[in-house]
Amino acid sequence: MAYVAVKGGTEAIEASLHQLQVEKLSSEHMMEVETIMATMQPLVDQVMSESSLYNRYLAALAIKQAGGSMEEAVFLLRAHRSTMPRLYTSMIVETENMFVERRISASFKDIIGGQVLGATPDYAHRLIDFSLANDSIETNREKIAQFAASIEKAEEIDEIVHFPKVVETLRAEGLFPKYEKNNEDPHDITKETVTFPIDRSARLQMLTRGMTSAVTALGYASLRGYGAVHPTVGELRYGQVPIHIQTKQGESDEDAHYIGEIPITEVESFVPISIEGEDGEEDLEFEIGYGACFGRNETKTIAMSILDQCLEHPDRPFPTHDEEFVLLHIDAVESTGFISHLKLPHYVTFQSKLDAVRNVKKERSTNDA
Amino acid sequence: MMHEENFAYFDEGAKKEIRRATLKAVAIPGYQVPFASREVPIGRGWGTGGLQLTLSLIGKGDVLKVIDQGADESVNAVSIKKFVQKTTNVSCTEETSEATLIQSRHRIPETPLTKEQIIVLQVPKPEPLRDIEKSERKTKALHAEEEYSGAWLKLFEQIMMHGSMTTDADHPVLVNGRYVMAPSPIPRFDNEKMNQSEALILLGAGREKKIYAVPPYTEVESLAFDDYTFRVEDFSGKSCHLCGSTNTFLDELIEEETKKPYYQCNDTSYCISLLNEQEQIDTIAEKKKVLKHV
Repeated sequence: MAYVAVKGGTEAIEASLHQLQVEKLSSEHMMEVETIMATMQPLVDQVMSESSLYNRYLAALAIKQAGGSMEEAVFLLRAHRSTMPRLYTSMIVETENMFVERRISASFKDIIGGQVLGATPDYAHRLIDFSLANDSIETNREKIAQFAASIEKAEEIDEIVHFPKVVETLRAEGLFPKYEKNNEDPHDITKETVTFPIDRSARLQMLTRGMTSAVTALGYASLRGYGAVHPTVGELRYGQVPIHIQTKQGESDEDAHYIGEIPITEVESFVPISIEGEDGEEDLEFEIGYGACFGRNETKTIAMSILDQCLEHPDRPFPTHDEEFVLLHIDAVESTGFISHLKLPHYVTFQSKLDAVRNVKKERSTNDA
Repeated sequence: MMHEENFAYFDEGAKKEIRRATLKAVAIPGYQVPFASREVPIGRGWGTGGLQLTLSLIGKGDVLKVIDQGADESVNAVSIKKFVQKTTNVSCTEETSEATLIQSRHRIPETPLTKEQIIVLQVPKPEPLRDIEKSERKTKALHAEEEYSGAWLKLFEQIMMHGSMTTDADHPVLVNGRYVMAPSPIPRFDNEKMNQSEALILLGAGREKKIYAVPPYTEVESLAFDDYTFRVEDFSGKSCHLCGSTNTFLDELIEEETKKPYYQCNDTSYCISLLNEQEQIDTIAEKKKVLKHV
């Protein structure tokens, strides 16, 4: 019977899942969750960022379960997130207090505190390193010992010194407008309805958990021609930020509990815009595009800063300035889900379509006769 | 690292949020209530809106039926049913009349539903005006202002171009004389079943984050003109090759040898129950096999 394909679902699904398991298990190789955590930091970071759940172990476990599929790993973690009660909202993180591991500015050569290149693959030549095929933990240890021997010991200081934000220098000069701090509770897009137009806190949340590739592609489109926002990276910093929560209402800030630190990448892009001055003359001013992501994900964070700035100007005639266009299509679970739903049977809907087409044809032939 | 599971998957806070949106939807028939829409372990676009409604509503005493395009045994229906059963341990049925909660993709069962039942429809595109206006913000305003000329014009243009309305599934309806609503991609054949339905009809769009409802005994009218009336799919002169029904939505199948089309009830559960009434058990075993699987 030709119809068998649609029915017999229970057995078909079970058999399919079995086959998937067998294919996975029969390679006789195994990846430990700890190995994923230790050796695939960018992947783990990306999964946590797109899932909007910070848990390195679970992210690595999801990657293991998904067999390295980004789409599946994010999906697993997001679904898991739905089962978790939300108990606290963390206190506002001041990124001035970041324990900076890397910090660069493309706007100024000399910034207060200096540029800190940190560990970055930016200037590595992307040549396949064939020696990795035969590396071992022993050879790695030897290499580390050699590095350590070649480095001069830095002087230890007792005091913690934080790097000031680059933008503050410009603000002092009057090149950036000063804004009141908005310390209202952010709109939580996972608990509250998103309606358009949405406020910036919701917009930033949607951007930061957007698919890395989608956010990058749209940011690139804006940069290249659709809106031609050409920002300068005022500051990109990466490092650990401490997280605090208050467990009782009305608790003073000093009584807040420290629950750990998370690494984030933060970008402030400077974008020149023309505004009409008081005398009616065109004046130039800078605006900031803001990006922040879990872990290390610099390309996405820069692209996010571009899109943030774009979305502040909805009057421009480009899709990258249309918040519904940008925000409703970058979510990993939503876009991959709807595209893949096309694999589901559409027999009834297609039958209905056939009927409509046949009707038109019948109508035509009777009219022609 | 162990993980404890909740009844019906979600934490209670998430369920409450969905129920609140559902209550609002029932109070304003046909109005799309936005909700936060949590992720579930099945794909977005695979019935996550329906599943969220089901999970938020289901209680230990419920009897669940899940169908996909008319069939209980279709792969995605089975997958959803398995998931709900795993997280709630409720009993499931294929018999429409036995179910208290029915989740369905793109069909309303042929057996009339009763006031004891709730049907949850999965919705891919909840906005009936999206073809006319891409912006969510603007369509919301159009609904608020009852500005539906776009919806009417679209049908009018179809008549001008093709001589008749060419809508297939998801033909827009007017609910309670107020909101134009996407009935979800049910065939036009099923639109009538929404009108004055005894059962509560809930519609959930997970990806688009909307919940809407047709409460029991509500007027639901398919958009049409006086001179170009609403037409359902035409199965005149055709009947189910198994149960002989002439008043059901039929699947068109092709006979392998003769290459000629033949027809079969799309609602498999309805077809089986008719067969059970008509004939002795032993003579229908073969026919039921066709409906189930081989």
